[in-house]
Amino acid sequence: MSVENHVNESILSEEIKEHQKQNRIDHMKYLPDMEDIGSEIMDRVIREMNDYDYDRYTAEDVRNALAHEYKTPEDFKALLSPAALPLLEEIAVCAQQEKQKHFGNSVWMFTPLYIANYCENYCIYCVFNCHNRIKRAQLNFEEIDREMAEIAKSGLQEILILTGESKKKSNVEYIGEACKIARKYFRVIGLEVYPMNSDEYAYLHECGADYVTVFQETYHSDKYETLHLAGHKRIFPYRFNAQERALRGGMRGVGFAALLGLDDFRKDAFATGMHAYYLQKKYPHAEIAFSCPRLCPIINNDKINPMDVHEAQLLQVVCAYRLFMPFASLTVSTRECDRVRDNLVNIAATKISAGVSTAIGEHVEELEDKGDAQFEISDTRSVKEVYDSLVQLKLQPVMAEYLYV
Amino acid sequence: MSREHDTWKLGKHEFTSRFILGSGKYSLELIKAAVEQAQAQIVTMALRRVNEGGLANILDYIPENVMLLPNTSGARNAQEAVRIARLSREVCGSDLIKIEIMRDTKYLLPDNQETIKATEILAGEGFTVMPYMYPDLNAARDMAQAGAACIMPLGAPIGSNKGLCTKEFIQILIDEIDLPIIVDAGIGRPSQACEAMEMGAAAVMANTAIATAGDVPVMADAFRKAIEAGREAYLSGMGRVKEKGASASSPLTGYLQD
Repeated sequence: MSVENHVNESILSEEIKEHQKQNRIDHMKYLPDMEDIGSEIMDRVIREMNDYDYDRYTAEDVRNALAHEYKTPEDFKALLSPAALPLLEEIAVCAQQEKQKHFGNSVWMFTPLYIANYCENYCIYCVFNCHNRIKRAQLNFEEIDREMAEIAKSGLQEILILTGESKKKSNVEYIGEACKIARKYFRVIGLEVYPMNSDEYAYLHECGADYVTVFQETYHSDKYETLHLAGHKRIFPYRFNAQERALRGGMRGVGFAALLGLDDFRKDAFATGMHAYYLQKKYPHAEIAFSCPRLCPIINNDKINPMDVHEAQLLQVVCAYRLFMPFASLTVSTRECDRVRDNLVNIAATKISAGVSTAIGEHVEELEDKGDAQFEISDTRSVKEVYDSLVQLKLQPVMAEYLYV
Repeated sequence: MSREHDTWKLGKHEFTSRFILGSGKYSLELIKAAVEQAQAQIVTMALRRVNEGGLANILDYIPENVMLLPNTSGARNAQEAVRIARLSREVCGSDLIKIEIMRDTKYLLPDNQETIKATEILAGEGFTVMPYMYPDLNAARDMAQAGAACIMPLGAPIGSNKGLCTKEFIQILIDEIDLPIIVDAGIGRPSQACEAMEMGAAAVMANTAIATAGDVPVMADAFRKAIEAGREAYLSGMGRVKEKGASASSPLTGYLQD
């Protein structure tokens, strides 16, 4: 299938098709306030992704890849190829062994906390996009404190703070204050907010955050351009280099993801892995994390689906990440149902969220002005329920393995 | 020599067991059984896993009759290791500290230079310092000079279960360093632990091999037996014994006169 023809029609509405016809700014050109740290890794990743011809790989290539103790980028390509799909059981067995070598039976638990859903971007597949008519909200500091206190009661010690991408509404100082509040209740603080400059990451690191996740969504820049019509997010290279700026700002770990189903998922998964691979080579101390989200329905468009990324393909991608970078943290999304999530953490993933709401202000019952959720979650289990099902799988839930030093 | 008298020392602490058990990568409720079967007197624990007040606090699962050996895993340089060590003394009330400093998330290889620096600072503060290191004689001498209580060379990368990949270099440390040499990391099988003990290691530390075994307590028991067998073989004089009491030297060439 050629990349050009690969359009996930389920995303497009009449309104969006109209907007796509309008003139848009150059998505490869930095805006004035954006720090440019060069494009050494990006150019390499994109070049290799473009050269990746997954139909070339055979079952023999896949078996050879599995036999190698340390997987090479070439092995990674084979593991992501269609030829690997019939060998999924073998691959899963290897992935599980590799996971056990590095992590034993530990599985880390966390929960995301959405503190605002204002957004200046126009990502046509996302409910938070600035044109979508949803209920917007932003928690004040007292509300953040109450939400976090409530979450901490569940026993969780790791939190992921999320905002929509509006630097005006949720500026760096606002996020910094949220981190300081989080430090009162949690040992590990991650951020999934808009990309920023390295000095801003350094500030948030001082406020207590240590992990930054940025989803590139798709690594195919021309496709990216048609999906992200406006806002800072439109600038492809600035987003690509966010993890490197975060590491330069002193963050301990960085997370990567392609939103599977937006474009050719094999190429996107390959680029995601190579992005992490080259960054870890350049910054060997960096902790690496992957997420594996698939496209899912949103408010005002319930027909969005991940197209050709079925459960088997999702497992293939998760196992390929595990085998290529066995030491990386791998998170399963709450978008998936409990059956899929439990099996993914049993096989290859190491991190699972629990007690999740992707809406604003949902952990404390009496909070008003709630904002709409980013996506519908499939796994609605509480912390206790997820904990118990991990124990049943003979896995050991871990709340935190971290000291802020 | 009877086993009760075959003791070894770490600073002011004396032990008969030569099996140091790791506590990571387990189901917490299996730790106790593993310790019992291993007859371990020392259990290592990453301070960053201590989770007081939270769910699944590892400290609640380690039996009270063993000595806790906190480690500084997560530290990326000497300064961070020193801070974690100071914190560990408060939390665990133990003067033992295993220094682990890694600047590499892929192979988790220890950084010898930073480890030497941390050893010097912490030994100066009265810690019984146990540096985990890449088996390099010069670095080991510097660590000994800096006040280390033992040297803990790796056999192979952590979690690799590859055994004594660095055997030749560990042997050099055993021969040249006048401190207990504890082989740490990479030991995947009881036979490899046995071999390390035959070589003259003072003790063996293992975690992944036991934690990921199908039957954890049985594997802990197997390791204990292997370590004891290796120690007895060493004491029996099977090969190169570094120190031995009176024994006939040159039994074959003793006849030579001119």
